[in-house]
This record gives sequence, structure tokens and C-alpha cells, in this order.
Amino acid sequence: MTNHTRTIRKPLARRGRVNLIPVLLWTAPAVFLALFYFYPLISIFQTSLARSETGLLAPFLTALSSESVRRVTWFTFWQAALSTGLTLLFGMPGAYLMARYDFRGKPFLQALFAIPFVMPTLVVAAAFNALLGPRGWVNLGLMALLNLDQPPVQFTNTLAAILIAHVFYNTTIVLRLVGEFWSHLDPRIEQASQMLGASRWQTFRQVTLPLLAPAVAAATLLVFIFDFTSFGVILILGGPRFATLEVEIYFQTISLFNLPLAATLSMIQLAFTLVLTIVYTRLSARLSRPISLRPQKYTQRKLTTWRSRLFAGVVITVLLVLLTVPLAALAARSFVRLEAERGQQGEVQRGLTLDFYRELSINRRLSLFFVTPITSIGISLGYAAATVALALALGIPASVSLARYSGSFLNRIFDPLLMLPLGTSAVTLGLSYIIALDEPPLNLRASPVLIPLAHTLVAFPFVVRSLAPALRSIRPRLHQSAAVMGANPRQVLQHIDLPIAGRAILVAATFAFTISLGEFGATSLIARPEYPTVPVAIYRFISQPGALNYGQAMALSTILMAICAAGMLAIERFRIAGAGEF
Amino acid sequence: MNGLEIVNIIKKFGRVYALDGISLEIPPGEIIALLGPSGSGKSTLLYVIAGLEIPDSGDIRWDGSSLAGVAPHLRNFGMMFQDFALFPHMDVFDNVAFGLRMAGMERDEIRPRVTEMLELVGLAGFDGRDVNTLSVGALQREKKARSLAPHPRLLMLDEPLGSLDRNLRERLILELRDILKRMQQTAIYVTHDLEEAFTLADKVVVLNAGKIEQVGQPQEIYNQPASLFVARFVGLGNLLPGRVIKMNGKTVVDTTIGQFPVQSSQDGEVTVLIRPDSMNLDANHGSYTLEGYVVDSTFRGSTCRVVVEVGGENLTFDFLSSVEAPGKGEKIRLSFNPDEAIRLIGKPPASPDPKKHPTLS
Repeated sequence: MTNHTRTIRKPLARRGRVNLIPVLLWTAPAVFLALFYFYPLISIFQTSLARSETGLLAPFLTALSSESVRRVTWFTFWQAALSTGLTLLFGMPGAYLMARYDFRGKPFLQALFAIPFVMPTLVVAAAFNALLGPRGWVNLGLMALLNLDQPPVQFTNTLAAILIAHVFYNTTIVLRLVGEFWSHLDPRIEQASQMLGASRWQTFRQVTLPLLAPAVAAATLLVFIFDFTSFGVILILGGPRFATLEVEIYFQTISLFNLPLAATLSMIQLAFTLVLTIVYTRLSARLSRPISLRPQKYTQRKLTTWRSRLFAGVVITVLLVLLTVPLAALAARSFVRLEAERGQQGEVQRGLTLDFYRELSINRRLSLFFVTPITSIGISLGYAAATVALALALGIPASVSLARYSGSFLNRIFDPLLMLPLGTSAVTLGLSYIIALDEPPLNLRASPVLIPLAHTLVAFPFVVRSLAPALRSIRPRLHQSAAVMGANPRQVLQHIDLPIAGRAILVAATFAFTISLGEFGATSLIARPEYPTVPVAIYRFISQPGALNYGQAMALSTILMAICAAGMLAIERFRIAGAGEF
Repeated sequence: MNGLEIVNIIKKFGRVYALDGISLEIPPGEIIALLGPSGSGKSTLLYVIAGLEIPDSGDIRWDGSSLAGVAPHLRNFGMMFQDFALFPHMDVFDNVAFGLRMAGMERDEIRPRVTEMLELVGLAGFDGRDVNTLSVGALQREKKARSLAPHPRLLMLDEPLGSLDRNLRERLILELRDILKRMQQTAIYVTHDLEEAFTLADKVVVLNAGKIEQVGQPQEIYNQPASLFVARFVGLGNLLPGRVIKMNGKTVVDTTIGQFPVQSSQDGEVTVLIRPDSMNLDANHGSYTLEGYVVDSTFRGSTCRVVVEVGGENLTFDFLSSVEAPGKGEKIRLSFNPDEAIRLIGKPPASPDPKKHPTLS
């Protein structure tokens, strides 16, 4: 009798639940986005637009009719396009190498190449400065070698500096997103193409590239959005000659207190990123195909032919030079004294020193708001851990909904919305938190959760973008067989999706962790002075004169670099050890 | 010579010899089956012929000229893979047209050829279908059409029916043979399945551990296995140690179950194969007899398999089901003719292991 009712009830209950599950899954992410993204943004725009009296569109029309705004917008576009193109040029051969070949030291290289992406803009600027700046290793070396009085290489304040820094930052995205996808693409599809008479190049153009298209499109879009909203690199390496929308928003906000114009520019920027995002989701919906993914061991081969060895050698050398030499220059700088300390007289004692590191645990200023730089590392790690927990707690349900209930209308609404925080300027975000979240109804000014909230918002798109495709690749057959064996949707998630997606979850967690450690734009505005994060502490040192401050900034950056590198290495190890995963 | 010539191919992976001195000739129009267990090197040989793997030494020749250094796409060979290899971003038509486009064929020539190929394999009207929605049978036909469309001078098939059910496999293998023969296609078919190899091939090449064990027509392979490995692989498990001796001017083989006349130039230690299908339940049907007890008897459809203990050895025999099978424990007497039932193979079995005898499936 009981058995009977059960068999009848179950299908009915399930039919009713189908539309409910995505709603449940989206609840937490939706509440989070509403409270900590849309509400602050709406408040800041209200505040600023309140000043305009001639109608809602008037500020935009005025701004767009201005020659300088148009110039800034145009520059923002073409530097982003150029940077993105260059990044793909550097990243694609590397992605191919990582995807198709297995060689000694590969996990180490992968972790190494991932480091630039997590470096704070200030550190990147300092690193390129330490390498190619007027007092950098190259210029100092050339001056000593050729007996010059002036630094011969002009790098800072050039377009080249901006482009190279962008490539430095974003090559990892191409390596990761494209390489990861590529490594699971069955090589037999390419072999079939070759057997049908297509050359390597034809195979790449007509078979591999179309199949990689979703991953390449995703990477391209991400890189473009980053370059489009790039802030620190352009501010510091570009100098006064170059301004993007983001830099302009910053100047209008911080220096000129022209909040209405800043808000208007933010909205222009947001409009562009919204369009990009919609284009992207349309594109990926059309391009994504049920491609059978294979475990890497079937898709990767050893470097056996001289041609593959030469290729690997060239690619690795180029990437090593591009991605690690600036960081090495930075690290070296943290151990070397080259300049005189303030007030110090006479000849500088040049040479190796550990002073910059020793100073990190000393509170010289004895100020109430000043904490030792070492403490900031603990603070940063705490925020990062909280960010990982929050981002996964919100990102996993969102990704499950995107992957499993693809027909749901909620997905179509939220998919593009998730990407918006990515295209929102960090400065605007920080400012909006200060304005909106320090007064009722939501007063969080004194709360330490403000920073993890902001970091989660920034990390959220990354988490979802790395989780959803992996979950989507899990075949429905697995769900069906689990369901047949009596697993309910939650158990299917727990026993099927999560274990298989474990690796993607690790990647997502890495993203959240490193983004939180490196985030500077928003943090600089909302961090409480007594709880500085590492980037904030670095900024404090770097913006003060003197060799000791500069050295401490170098030392702190080096430590941050080491923490991120260690994390990356540990995760790469773990991924290799976990056999049988995709 | 015309056709494909494989000359002493050696291919190592690390320290393991995947291919250990393979030499083989395939004349035009012939269908060869590469038969062997997994890990025997058969797929590797295919990849070497295709140019997708580079051999450590040896040469692949076509019509007498070496293909060393010729890129895979320039060899004009075709390959049909087990699965995953259809282009998921192209429809049925475009998958078949791909090879023709690569050959530089004009658009208006491509359409009739693709239509013709789709008709040939039984997919007429499927042109615009998404390949991801095809049934397994249709997928196989689509792969066949795609690999045959450019008229490759050699078609290689890497266990293309590997994961299909038996009925579908039987139907598709006959379809395949029909089409290959009609197109006079030179082909190499890799499989671990005996029946597939026997059904499809003009000639079967048995591979084991990177070496060729035997080359011959299916009947030869089954009737006169050249080695223990081949005998076991084709399901001939009644293997006994024996000794060839001269007796009263006749050559006989001496085994634990008796002495039987044989035609052999060999001397000394041999392995004696007793064919499972060579016995008569009627004691008066052959010149020799065996006596024993039935250990086991299983019904297998058209035949009945009976295990008989003869002189301490368990021997397996198949009888037609139309004859009433003896029950377990029964004492029976079997008659046979030695020239039909007895085969000699080179050396004695190193360590006779009844569990390892593979059976016909």
C-alpha cells in the first residue's frame, strides 16, 4: 500500500519541483547581488544624478558631446582591443603547449605563469619599474656599461608599457581558460581531420578553432573587459598622457570631486560592458556544443620530436621572459640596497640586505591606526578565506542552476547579470559601498565583512565562469543513472556533480582567493585604516618617499607573490594527484 | 610492389616495444584484419601507417615509394575511429564534405558526391541533421560515409564497431564488407573481435606483443593456428603436450590420452591441438575413439558444449544441438578421424593453465 502511493506521488512531486529548484538555487546569489551590487550602485547614481536638473538623459548628452570624453572613450576601446589581440597572440601557443603536451616541470610552469594575474596593479607597476624604469635594472646596467648619464630606455609613460603590462596580466587567462578546455578536446577529432586530407593549419582553422570557440570567446571577452576597465596599470605606467574611462572616473571622483560626471562616465562604461556581456552570452549559447571531454592522459603526449621540443622551448622561453623577469626584478630589488636612505649623507652602501624584511615587523610610527606590515598579511589571508567561503557558497548554487536547468528563464536573466560586477569599475564599487552601506537600512561601515563582500562580488563572475562549464560537461546520463538508483537532486549534486567538478571548484577557489589577496581598487577605499590588506600596505609604502619605504613595498610585494605562488603550486599538485578526474 | 608495404617497423614507448619488427604487404583491393588483444600494438601500427605516429625505425611504402616524412594529410589514407571523431560543430553533410573540400573539390562537385555517399551508406536525406543527435547506427554509417567520400587509397578502421551491441555489429559489419568490396577499397581493420575479423577480412594478421604471430585467410588461422597464442586467441583450448615419434615406419604423436597418426616433418616435443568440433558422439563414425566422463555440459544455442575428462585431461567439445547431448557424469565414447581432429603446434605449452584458455564468444 505504501509502496503504491509512493510510486504514484513521486513523478507528480518531481514535476512540480522542476521549476522550483532553480528559484531556490538563485535565491542566495540574487539577494547578494541585490544588496551588495545593485543597491549601492543605484544609491551612488541617485546621489550624483540628483544634482542634474535638466532631465535624466541630460548628463549623458553633455558628457558625450565633450571632445575629451569622446577621446577617452575611443582610447579606452582601442587600447583594450590591441592589448587583447596581443594577449591572444602570446597566450594561444602557450595554451596549446599546456593542453597537448606533458613534460617535466609543467605543473611548476603553470603555477608560475599564473602568478602575474594575481599581482596587485601597484606591484606590477613597481615590477616593470624595477626592470625597465629610469632607475630599473636595465637602465642602470646600460648606463654603467656604456657610461651614460641618462637612462637610455624610455619605458614608463609610453603606450608600450600599458600594452606589455596588460599582456603580462592577462596571458594567464588565455592559458587557463583555453588551455584547460583544449586539454580535454579529443585529439582524434583532429587526427580524423588530418586523415581526411586537412593540413595542420587547415585542421586548426576548420576543426580545432571552431571547437575551442566557446573557450576562446570567453577568454577574449574577459581579457577585453579587464583591459577596458584597467586602472592601476594605466594610471601608474601610462602617466599623464593616457587616460581611460576608469582613470577618468577616478580623477573626477578623487581629485575633482565631480561626482555627477564620474557617475555618468561609470554608466557609460557599464553600458559598454553590458553590451559586451550580452554579445558574449548570445555567442556562447550559439557556439557551445556537447563536446565529449576526455581525461587529459589520453589527450597529452610527450615532447618526442625535435619540432615539438623546439616549439616548447620557444614558447616557454618567451613566456618565462615576459611573465617572470619583471617579478624576478622586483624580488631582487627587495634584497638589494641601491639608493641612499633619507637624511643619509655621502656614499650609498650598495649591496645585499635583509633590512627591508626586518622592518616589516616594526611599527616605527607608533600610530594608533598603523599596524605592522606583517599583520596586514594575516588580515589579507583572513579576508581571502572568507571570500573563498562566500564566493563558493554563492557560486556553486548559481553554477548548478546554470548547468543543470539550462531551460530556466531565471538563468537567462542572471547569466548576463553575473558578469556585470566584472565590468564595473573598482573605484565606483568602493565609492558606492562607502555611500550606500554606512547608513541605514544597511549600515556596515564598522563591520569587517565589508571587504569580503566586495571581494566576493569581484570574484563571483570568475567562480561561476569556471564552475558552470565544468558542471555542464557532466553528462545527463550520470544524473539519470544516479536518480534511477534513488538519489534525490541534492544527493546527485553531492555524490556526482561535486566530486567530478572538484577540480573546477579548486580552480574557482583559487580565483576567489587570489582575487581577494590582490584586489586594490575597491579595498583602498573601504579598508579600515587599522585593518589594511597587503596591497593597501604596499600602496602606503610606495606612495611615501625614501629607499626604506620603497624597499619595504618591494619586500611586501615579494611576500604576497610568494604566498600566491605557494597556493598555486599546492593546488596544481593536488590536481595532478587527484587521478581519474577530468 | 603495388599497394601497401610495411617494412620492419619498430616503435618503442619508453622501454616498451609497441611494435617489434612488423613487416607486411597489402595488395590493392584487399581487406586485412589486424587481430589481437588490447596492448598488442595493432592500433599503434595503424597510427604509424597513417603517419600520426613516427616509427623508431622501418619504413612504410605505397606502390613502392617510401612515405617517410610525408604528413598524414598528404598520404591520401582514410581512417575511421572508434568514437568521438565526428566534427561536432558540423552537420551530417558538412562532415562528409570535409574531406572533399580539403581535396580542393569544387562546390558543385561536392554536393552530388556527398549525396551519393549518404545514399550508399543508407543515410539519404540526413544532410542537415546535427551529428550529435544521430543514433549509434546512423553515427557509424556517417563515419563510414565521411571516411570513404574522398576515395582514400587505403582505409584504416580502428575498432569502429567497438562499443555496439551484437546484432547491430553483425548487421553493420556485413554492410561494411559489402560497401568496401563494391568500392574495391583497400582496407585495414583493427579489432580484438574474432568474428568481426573473420567476417570482414580477406586476410587476418594476428598480433601479439608487437609481433606478428600469423598471417593467413580466416580459415587458415582457424584450421591451422601457427602458434599457441593464435590457437588460444581463436578459442581452441584443447592443448596437450606431446611427442612426435616414428613407430613401425609411421609417424605418430604420443600424448597422455593416446597415440595418433599425424603427417609431420617435425620431431620431438610438440603441442597437440584437439579441435573442439571434430568429435562424433556416435562411436562408429571415425577411425579412432576416446573414452571419458562428462564433467560439464552447457547449452549454447545451435551447439552444445561438453567438457569431457579423458585420461586426466579436461577437453572441451562442441556438438550440434540437434543431437541429444550427454548428461553430466555420463561415460561416453567419442569417435574421430585424426587428420581432421589433430593439429600440431611448434613447442609444448610452457605452463598449461586451463583457466587462461579463451573461448569463442
